[in-house]
Amino acid sequence: MIYEGKQKIWSDYQKEIPDDHYFYVRSCIRQSFFPASEAAFLHITRNILNKDIFETEHHTTCGGIAYHSDAIPQETAMTIIARQFALMKKYGYENYVCSCITSFGLYCETMETWREFPDLKEKIAENLWKSCKLEFAVPKFLVHASDMIYKYRNQIAAHAKFKLVDHKTGKPLKVVEHIGCHYSKMFPSKGVGGAEYPYVLAGMIEAWGGEVVDYPERRHCCGFGFRQYFVKSNRGYSLSNTYKKFESMEPYEPDLIITNCPGCPYFMDRWQYVIAESEGKTYGKNGHGIPVMTYEEVAGLVLGFDPWDLGLQTHQIGPEPLLDKMGIPYNPEEKYKGKNGKDLGQPRQLDCIR
Amino acid sequence: MKKNVLIIGGGPAGMEAAHQINKLGHNVILIEKEHDLGGHLAKWDRLFPTGRNAREVLDTLKENMKGINCFTDTEVKSINILKESYNVILSNGITILADAVLISSGFDLFDAHKKEEYGYGIYDHVITNADLEKYYKTHNDERIKNPKRIGFVHCVGSRDEKVGNIACSKVCCATAVKQACEIKEEFKDAEVICFYMDLRMFGRGYEDLYLKAQKEYGIRFIRGRVSEVSENIDKSLQIKAEDTLSSKPMKVSLDLLVLMAGMRPSKSGNDIGKMLELSTMEDGFFNTKDDFNNLQQSKRPGVFYAGVATGPKTLPETLNEARSAALEIHNYLAETL
Amino acid sequence: MIDFGFKLSPSSRIDLDKVDRTLLKRIADMEPDFKKCMACGSCSATCSAGAYKATSMRRAILALQNGLTNKALEELESCMLCGKCTLVCPRGINTRHLILSIQKICGEK
Repeated sequence: MIYEGKQKIWSDYQKEIPDDHYFYVRSCIRQSFFPASEAAFLHITRNILNKDIFETEHHTTCGGIAYHSDAIPQETAMTIIARQFALMKKYGYENYVCSCITSFGLYCETMETWREFPDLKEKIAENLWKSCKLEFAVPKFLVHASDMIYKYRNQIAAHAKFKLVDHKTGKPLKVVEHIGCHYSKMFPSKGVGGAEYPYVLAGMIEAWGGEVVDYPERRHCCGFGFRQYFVKSNRGYSLSNTYKKFESMEPYEPDLIITNCPGCPYFMDRWQYVIAESEGKTYGKNGHGIPVMTYEEVAGLVLGFDPWDLGLQTHQIGPEPLLDKMGIPYNPEEKYKGKNGKDLGQPRQLDCIR
Repeated sequence: MKKNVLIIGGGPAGMEAAHQINKLGHNVILIEKEHDLGGHLAKWDRLFPTGRNAREVLDTLKENMKGINCFTDTEVKSINILKESYNVILSNGITILADAVLISSGFDLFDAHKKEEYGYGIYDHVITNADLEKYYKTHNDERIKNPKRIGFVHCVGSRDEKVGNIACSKVCCATAVKQACEIKEEFKDAEVICFYMDLRMFGRGYEDLYLKAQKEYGIRFIRGRVSEVSENIDKSLQIKAEDTLSSKPMKVSLDLLVLMAGMRPSKSGNDIGKMLELSTMEDGFFNTKDDFNNLQQSKRPGVFYAGVATGPKTLPETLNEARSAALEIHNYLAETL
Repeated sequence: MIDFGFKLSPSSRIDLDKVDRTLLKRIADMEPDFKKCMACGSCSATCSAGAYKATSMRRAILALQNGLTNKALEELESCMLCGKCTLVCPRGINTRHLILSIQKICGEK
């Protein structure tokens, strides 16, 4: 691997990420999959980095799940999106940041479509006015929340309490980065580092002391694919894609997988259990899986947030081996305690994977 | 009085034209931006289909150049278009009043970095056709270490709208098959695979080369474009392609991958084109005055073309064009006396 | 074991890393012309059996190259050894003889 070659590509794909003043929209599913990720993002940007990040309870889904499942036509999705953008304008913002990769891809696709087909743009603006009496607007800058954490990666490193380093040996942890397909595969120029060698997560890993693992199936989709997962008879296909990735990364013995998509971390986390149960195979050491985390969770750990406050107890694969390596203290007693010590109840302990 | 003919580009086309125009009794000035004459030919080791030593062909061209005015390390700075001539200012400070200008600016090799998915300049064992020729000349390339399995990807930067070139570069198929045979000679135990979309073995002796590659060298031809290259933990390469004849995706590990970079219009040729306001076709190469009857003339009187400046060509075709251009220039000068 | 109602899908991908080339080498040694096939399909087009049953010299050669010995044998199973394929092969491969050799070598279990 010639690192300079990658650097050259990274320098070709740099997008402008404004420093401050964003209108933030959440993901439909991330709050239940990774309950503290979005809260961590807001806490880091607002309270640690002192940025102006605005959110409103009036925003909705982007329509992506319905659109990608063929439940609604493109025009409907575009009108939903136009309403989101209109809210941004209404509250006086022009930079738009979204938590979800599916949304990010759909926003890119929509803005690109409006650029190509101004008539359609007019029609959507009309739909928006008729249905919501809101003024049509397009963001000046559209970014994904991981773009922002990427932009602030060195500031976060400056505040770091822990690093992606084995605190006993001083060696960098081996970290797999997995990018949501819709981040840059559709529009390579919209992603930091492009589509073939995205830098958005790799940059965070480097800034926080880890070593990026580039394994053969790095570019491969996690297999979520909406229809592939939603329909049970297709679920094997979804599982097979994740399996292929794990088989490919196995020789590198990764310590952690970091992702920027709602679906990927969920499936890469949960399918490890299904693979362990049905194939009897685990990819970490001593019957453990490989912890899969969102970039906000990793940023939170680096900044010294309590692992249980970050919601890491909701992951299938226990984060403990990673916490031990990074030297992060945690109280096992507190793992399944919610806010104010409320007992969340313990999941059944599995024999096949930890 | 002798007429001045300025030849821009000292590759095979420019050299052969210089020789012929000089023999026809005109005053030739040849300029070349590189330090040495010969263009890509000087960087090549052997030529298809026969494996003829490129050096010998180049030496003949050089021998014929003796006594001809030649400026290397020299580029055109500007051109004033006069009524019946061209006032050309060179980067070495010399000004030439040319009665005719021959553009033999050739091609640039497609920059294989642009096919990001192939990992040229990123993965340790991905090289180009030009790198391989250099290896054959020097036997010095760290990326080539006793490979056991070697792949060739045809059409890199050719027939590819994604990189902005839908045209076929014409010579890469024959070059790939030639290089595949040569590498098999070098590494006798290696398995060699060519990934092609169509095999365009159109010239005399090319089909024989293909047959030889199959029969004598046992080279496997897989009809399918490589979609993606990545690196295994042992630094070997993982290749994905479809074996389109089986209609199945295919995966294979390789120790060396050779990208057959195609031909793009030369950048310095384009600059000359802008100075002379010459038109190009959609592929970026220059437009000839007529597709059939006037292949060497541009639409501007007194400006001529030879070789790849007007689209991909083989070396014999290029040399023939040079001879043809010499004759056209000779006739033009006679008519405008 | 838990039945999830779904499981890993088998891969249809050809993995050349896993192809055992010993049989291929034996065939090539016995029938050097075998390597000359350029997949034109003349043999399959004219095949007497191929019109009724999946029979194709071209596919059999491809299957062998991809390490699918059983598939190659299946492709030749219905061959009646009429020799029409040999007549049409532009590369002059003695396909009839090749079929016999493939069956001889690959048929040995």
